[in-house]
Amino acid sequence: MTTTTLAAPKEQSCQTLLASGHTACTGCGEALAAKLVLGAAGPNIIVTDATGCLEVFTTRFPQSSWEVPFIHSLFENSAAVASGVEVALKALGRQNEAKVIAQGGDGGTADIGLQALSGMLERGHDILYVCYDNEAYMNTGVQRSGLTPFDCMTTTSPCGELSWGNKHNKKDMPSIAAAHGIPYVATASVAFPKDIENKVKKALSITGPKYMQIHSPCPLGWRSNPQLTIKVAKLAVQTGLYPVFEMENGKVTKVRKITTPKTPVEEYLKIQGRFAHLFKSPKGKEEIQKIQEIADRNIEKYGLA
Amino acid sequence: MSTTFIEGSIAVAKTVAVSRPHVISAYPITPQTHIVEHLSELVANGELKSEFVNVESEHSAASVVLGSSATGARTYTATTSQGFLLMIEVLFNIAGMRLPVVMTCVNRAVSAPINIWNDQQDSMTARDSGWIQLYAEDNQEASDMHLQAFKIAENKDIMLPVMVCMDGFVLTHSFDPVELISQEQVDKFLPPFKPEYYLTPKNPLTFGTLVGPDGYMETRYFIEKTMHASLQVISDVAADFHNQFGRFQGGLIDTYKVEDASLVLVAMGSIIGTIKDIVDELRAKGQKVGVLKVRSYRPFPKDEIYKALNHVKEIAVLEKAVSLGYGGILVNEIKSVFYGKPKTPKINGFILGLGGRDITVDTIHQTIKETVKASSEEKFIGLNEALIGGK
Ligand SMILES: Cc1ncc(C[n+]2csc(CCOP(=O)(O)OP(=O)(O)O)c2C)c(N)n1
Ligand SMILES: [Mg+2]
Repeated sequence: MTTTTLAAPKEQSCQTLLASGHTACTGCGEALAAKLVLGAAGPNIIVTDATGCLEVFTTRFPQSSWEVPFIHSLFENSAAVASGVEVALKALGRQNEAKVIAQGGDGGTADIGLQALSGMLERGHDILYVCYDNEAYMNTGVQRSGLTPFDCMTTTSPCGELSWGNKHNKKDMPSIAAAHGIPYVATASVAFPKDIENKVKKALSITGPKYMQIHSPCPLGWRSNPQLTIKVAKLAVQTGLYPVFEMENGKVTKVRKITTPKTPVEEYLKIQGRFAHLFKSPKGKEEIQKIQEIADRNIEKYGLA
Repeated sequence: MSTTFIEGSIAVAKTVAVSRPHVISAYPITPQTHIVEHLSELVANGELKSEFVNVESEHSAASVVLGSSATGARTYTATTSQGFLLMIEVLFNIAGMRLPVVMTCVNRAVSAPINIWNDQQDSMTARDSGWIQLYAEDNQEASDMHLQAFKIAENKDIMLPVMVCMDGFVLTHSFDPVELISQEQVDKFLPPFKPEYYLTPKNPLTFGTLVGPDGYMETRYFIEKTMHASLQVISDVAADFHNQFGRFQGGLIDTYKVEDASLVLVAMGSIIGTIKDIVDELRAKGQKVGVLKVRSYRPFPKDEIYKALNHVKEIAVLEKAVSLGYGGILVNEIKSVFYGKPKTPKINGFILGLGGRDITVDTIHQTIKETVKASSEEKFIGLNEALIGGK
């Protein structure tokens, strides 16, 4: 087993377009991810956002953290609102004024907003959709979503006599997005800020619909130490549980390789309270083994090793 | 101006087209479809320079026009019934963000049981959403109302969305002579849309903030205040329209032979035409009856209605919607007009025509007979006795 030293990333050189003073929790991965996305995109953008933590902690009247034009409408319509913004810019002859970025949490993206997102991707709008994936409905108090990982404990997938937590596998959103025949799909992690920046820039240089999913730890929901947000995020990638890759026109074109030998999933699971139940009984070992198999399949599928 | 024998939906589509919407988004549902099909045809032929967005649901149709309107575009959508209900979440949102979207609600019954025919239950369900709601009597009015709707909605002091309600099939699918408005005339009537606030990097604003107990109530207060202010604007726009086009079918309300009437029928939408015929017939026999059309349902023109009806002895309110567990909706609002006033007429309410049930001349005669005979009461009229076990 290797132990890696995991230091917090240095402050990025990019602009701060998400002003500080917002009310995100300490160690919030989503806040960091959004700041990186905006910084990479620059000021000439219009952003939409779904209901969720990000919207709540940045826009409490009479303040706003958004230094770019921002609109939040509802939980499930960020992609549709962004579609409206994009066509309006075209119709008004203002398409050179701004790039359009739609944002949503994993719930707003992969569950309730999936239909609107599918419509946006299918219609070919020139929009970058960013999903901040903290793997549960955090804003409403940590309920499971379609992107909650297997065996993860949430308030609606508790562990108990008959339960190891979330019964279902994480929905493969990047593939769903790619199946729309869009030019660019990418996953990323707050553990790798430069990578986020590069991917946002690349996405914005491509015309058409783009989908990006950023793994963003939530210390409160994951019951992890807020100081370890980056470490947790990095371990998700190093274990193979969160493959970081790019897909161009439906084909995986680039992956972030993991360091070998691979880090066992225990290293990732044991520092998060949402998986603590797996370590409390001998039977939990079998469950951890199942999670290891998920990681191994990812390593195989994306060629991460 | 030219008079054309034309289907209601097409007349509306043509009027929307000359109103120069930048963005149109809609999803098909009977009996709204002809309107948006015609608009997409105009776009496909290059006759209308609009972005037409084919969405995957009414929720997204409303969300697209929301986003476009917030970006500074003039926008239009149309729906009915189930599609309308699916939109409702967004409709409240559009009004809350003070976006002057214009939509057609083609009036149709709601499910279950599924029924594609006309009543007004759909739009009535959103009466508290912050949308201005106008109801059209015939296809000329439905067509003209859309042009007025843009002007009302985009008024700097209003900035609220406007819904034009027109009866499904009865109006949308019927052919009538309609005077269509030319582009040139529209351009004189309706100035370009220039909102003060919109999404642009030149002035980065935040739309759709979270507002706590410290500020939410004021947003409602302002919409309510604006709704009251819009009473005048709706009247003024109807008057402007009258001046320019020579047509007037009412501002907030319209009355027909009400001045000396002792019994007045009150209703909204296409039923008004049928009632007018009956009024003429009864007048010929010496009966003093009249009709009051509620043209603006939200804002509800209490003062105008009171002014028009305060001399009347009996009122029959005919409506195609019901608040289940309460009864008639419009009838109770008409009753409230007289609350605390020195004289209260007898007010009877009739729920009729639900799910496309025929409203015949006999149905309307029956409401008049019942009103004259009974003390104030509310009831369903035109029920099929065989289906309700003869009760
Ligand atoms: C139609 C609708 N259903 C439910 C909600 C309640 N709700 C608000 S935010 C949220 C969860 C958001 O989760 P996610 O999209 O993952 O974003 P996060 O807060 O985790 O960043 C829910 C369930 C809502 N606002 N609207
Ligand atoms: Mg989430």
